[in-house]
Amino acid sequence: MGAGHAHALYVHEHSPLHHAVPAAKVAAVLLFVAAVAVTPPRQAWAFGVYAVILAIALAVGRITPKFFFLRLAGILPFVLLALIVPFVGSGERVDLGWVSLSREGLWAAFGIAAKAVLGAGAAIVLVGTTEVPAVLRGLRDLKVPAVLVAIAGFMVRYLELIAEELGRMRQAMTARGYEPRWLWQARPIAQAAGVTFVRAYERGERVHGAMLARGYDGEMPMLGHRSPTPAQWAAALAAPALAAAVAVIAMVTA
Amino acid sequence: MTPALQIRGLRFSYPDGREALTGVDLTVSPGERVALLGPNGAGKTTLALHLNGLLSATAGEIVVGGVTLEDATLKETRRRVALVFQDANDQLFMPTVAEDVAFGPSNLGLRDEELEEVVHAALERVGAAHLADRPPHHLSGGEKRLVALATVLAMDPEILVLDEPGSGLDPAGRRILLEILAGLEVTQIVITHDLPFALELCPRSVVMDGGKVVLDMPTRELLSRPDLLAEHRLELPFGFSLAG
Repeated sequence: MGAGHAHALYVHEHSPLHHAVPAAKVAAVLLFVAAVAVTPPRQAWAFGVYAVILAIALAVGRITPKFFFLRLAGILPFVLLALIVPFVGSGERVDLGWVSLSREGLWAAFGIAAKAVLGAGAAIVLVGTTEVPAVLRGLRDLKVPAVLVAIAGFMVRYLELIAEELGRMRQAMTARGYEPRWLWQARPIAQAAGVTFVRAYERGERVHGAMLARGYDGEMPMLGHRSPTPAQWAAALAAPALAAAVAVIAMVTA
Repeated sequence: MTPALQIRGLRFSYPDGREALTGVDLTVSPGERVALLGPNGAGKTTLALHLNGLLSATAGEIVVGGVTLEDATLKETRRRVALVFQDANDQLFMPTVAEDVAFGPSNLGLRDEELEEVVHAALERVGAAHLADRPPHHLSGGEKRLVALATVLAMDPEILVLDEPGSGLDPAGRRILLEILAGLEVTQIVITHDLPFALELCPRSVVMDGGKVVLDMPTRELLSRPDLLAEHRLELPFGFSLAG
């Protein structure tokens, strides 16, 4: 509710990255992530180069380390999962005295963790320097099917509203003395979730009605459509181009 | 003169069999502002949803500016009759305010500069041009209501149907909305429970009850008849009285 300005993932700053064209930024991030993903884990130097590229992007985008690491915490579960691999991996073992680990597993864990951090890092840079409507516009400029972009847009638009509704119901429950501590007290929460689902469904119908009322015939409109210039493309793609080159060298020399 | 809107014998039942409209007759002249009053469940919103074909009647007909509403004239009618919904969150679904206002005119075929001009003009009319690039879900309730109004003004409608436009607004927001609506030269049908709002904006009032029109008289006259008001669960705010 109220008049907050932007999404929690957005950093309010004016940096060259903030002013870069959304389509180019989205493409750059996708390319960077792809390069990271195909790099063999044993080419550790390549990941070092990627990390430097990412660090430069963070600095240029004026994203603070604190903000970065807080957002990065979201991928912690995946990284923890990766840490199991060395214990259960097969093949040659590395003896650390008190525990023996799989050498193959260690490299795999390193690969998963490094790729997850770099991939999530790139996403943090993108949404930290690009507001949600601009990301959607970028996707549209990249010729992502309009239906998919529209669905993503609706999700962003109404997710907050639905979360708010759920929050209000939760408050109403608390206000009437509901303080669940045990699993068998979860029934009202499940019911609230059900009610929220039905309400969201009904809202969907009303929104569709509102769209029809304004002449909707299956096509979403475009506004302020400005394609990026070649110079803007070149600037945005410099970083992922370097990453791609590194990935190719890493694969060839592996 | 051709009436702006003519409704004859309109009946509607919901799929569960509940009869919401039981024969509505109503004629509205061009430029007229009519308050649509009545208790909850009287069928006011159901009637509004019929006016641009979001619900189709089981019987009766709707004629907008001489053109009967049917499948072939649906698209045209939706341009001519604009609906402002009760919950602005239902109406504002695009990522930014400007894109939302552009939604209607873009469906009418406007593009590029022409489209941007219309969007800007509509936002100017409600004094919300500065909100153009904001995401709708970050606006205050009053701002949302104004932007919702802009989204339909951008379609240059002949009839404006507003469902509870003043509800949930603070007094200043309500005043701003009243002034904007009073300054629009378009036929308006205003659904409201706020009788002073109706009095200020609409010289004529139509009361619905039980799915049909039961009273149709000047607003001032209606509001000075406590017996009629009470009969249809209407009530003036405490301390409010009409002089004379």
